[in-house]
Amino acid sequence: MAKTAPQAAHIALPRRQDLLSISNLMILGGFFALMAWSYVGTEFSMRGLLGGESAAQIWTYIKRLYPPDLSQEFLLKTGYWTIETFAMSFLGTILAVVIALALVFLSSRNLMFTGLLFEMEGRRPWVRAFRTGLYLGAKSTLNILRTVPHIVWALILVFAVGLGPFPGMLALGIHTGGVLGRLFGEVVENVETQPIEALQATGATRLQILFYGILPQVLPDFTSYTLYRWEVNIREAVILGYVGAGGLGQQIQIAISLFLEHRLLTLLLALYLIVTVVDYLSASLRNRLL
Amino acid sequence: MPSYAPSAPASLALPRRHSSYFPVVFSVLFLLTFAGSYRLAQVQPLLLFDAEGRRNIWKFVAGMFPPDLSWSFLSLLGRPILETIQISIMGTVVAVAIGFPLGLLATSSLTFKGILNERELANSRPRVLLRKTSYLLARAALSLFRTIPEFIWAFMFVRAVGLGPFPGVLAIGIAYAGMLGKVYSEMLEHVNPGPLEALQATGASKLAIIVYGLMPQALPNVVSYTLYRWECAVRASAILGFVGAGGIGQQLEISMRMFDFSQVITLVAILFVMVAGVDALSARARRAILGRQRV
Repeated sequence: MAKTAPQAAHIALPRRQDLLSISNLMILGGFFALMAWSYVGTEFSMRGLLGGESAAQIWTYIKRLYPPDLSQEFLLKTGYWTIETFAMSFLGTILAVVIALALVFLSSRNLMFTGLLFEMEGRRPWVRAFRTGLYLGAKSTLNILRTVPHIVWALILVFAVGLGPFPGMLALGIHTGGVLGRLFGEVVENVETQPIEALQATGATRLQILFYGILPQVLPDFTSYTLYRWEVNIREAVILGYVGAGGLGQQIQIAISLFLEHRLLTLLLALYLIVTVVDYLSASLRNRLL
Repeated sequence: MPSYAPSAPASLALPRRHSSYFPVVFSVLFLLTFAGSYRLAQVQPLLLFDAEGRRNIWKFVAGMFPPDLSWSFLSLLGRPILETIQISIMGTVVAVAIGFPLGLLATSSLTFKGILNERELANSRPRVLLRKTSYLLARAALSLFRTIPEFIWAFMFVRAVGLGPFPGVLAIGIAYAGMLGKVYSEMLEHVNPGPLEALQATGASKLAIIVYGLMPQALPNVVSYTLYRWECAVRASAILGFVGAGGIGQQLEISMRMFDFSQVITLVAILFVMVAGVDALSARARRAILGRQRV
């Protein structure tokens, strides 16, 4: 046991860091070069933005938004679309959890072929190869689900099953399934090994180890990631409306395309409301459950 | 982002049994919401398996192969790929430029709470009110910015300032300013107040406190989170092209609308490489920054 006085850290003078070292300057220079390159490439115009033409255009657009369309008929419809968007995000998230849970244990190397659970299994290479194959299959499936952007999934599914919230929900579920699968996988691969070791020493089967050693450890993180992705999904559900997946997004698209600015403002307010509600629900559920 | 490395066993104590109605109420609400959503979203799983759906999906999958790797197509893509990166960088810069000042205003320990403001605000109600109003306004602006998705922002900016990468930059800038500002303010609120109070005791001005007390503590986290957001911005700017805001998304949309799936798969592959590259780059940079902090 080394005895170090706890105060030592505070008394010692901080190590002098050379802020103007060559490498720091190079990083800074590279950063500014990248910025200049992007500034030119994106036709960004500071002058246009601050008091020039673009500012005027944006201002006119904002002025046209007001007042919101608050006729009763339109409000009722907006309410319906809002709930539709909510339903899409809700079911999409549940589908995502189902997909992620189906694949996550297959795509965790510590459950499939390496580490503590498989130390004793060196003598049967074909079993190991089979398990590695399963692992690679699950992992690459998750990668494909995740890599294809949700809007592309939505286009494919609209093409397959027609317009409406159903393809939107599927697209959300499939893409988010890939994302959650990866997040869950990281949690499973980082579980504490002590409980697993203890269970194994008592002669528990692998399934028992999964249920009593691993799931209790990972469930809180799973829940918290799922709730977080739900918050993301309510926003993405709105984007998917653009390709015909129903809900608020589709109406916003129509309102923007047809220059119905008053309606657009109402829809944006509804969007703000539902996103805030979902954020709040998710935060309070997280506090409650964890 | 939380890191998962608990060193102690998950729970040594026996689980406590406490009875409450919460699980029951929660389950009932969950089931009701599920049933309602199921009806409302017009879920028809069979649609996926009926003849037409199957044919469409098959047409899609068959159309993807072989991927279109012809030079005439690939040569079209160089500029949009670069443009996507440029939009993401410029968008993040704009987001920091908007988000950081708003984040400072939305930090309660800087504006009206705590020891830093005690003396200044001790006997001047109007000042307290002014500070509180600016705090609330900043919070409201940030929440408005981040609640509306960048995609919708881009859509509106395209209407307002015309097609091209410029509205894409503005959209990323506004939406990400909201997220950055909120997270910045949380990071600034959670710094160790000791150095700030010490600085104040020496008579340092507010600006000096921010520059010498606050920033050195918060900077590594701030930079690391900004880099993480840049990763997200690359992904986002890739789809902004759908509404005409430049970048590779525009090409993706054209190929989708023309049902040219062999081009779609090429584009998705390019997107994958791009995102993976940016992820790796940013992860390395973040490790370097956060690693240095610990030394």
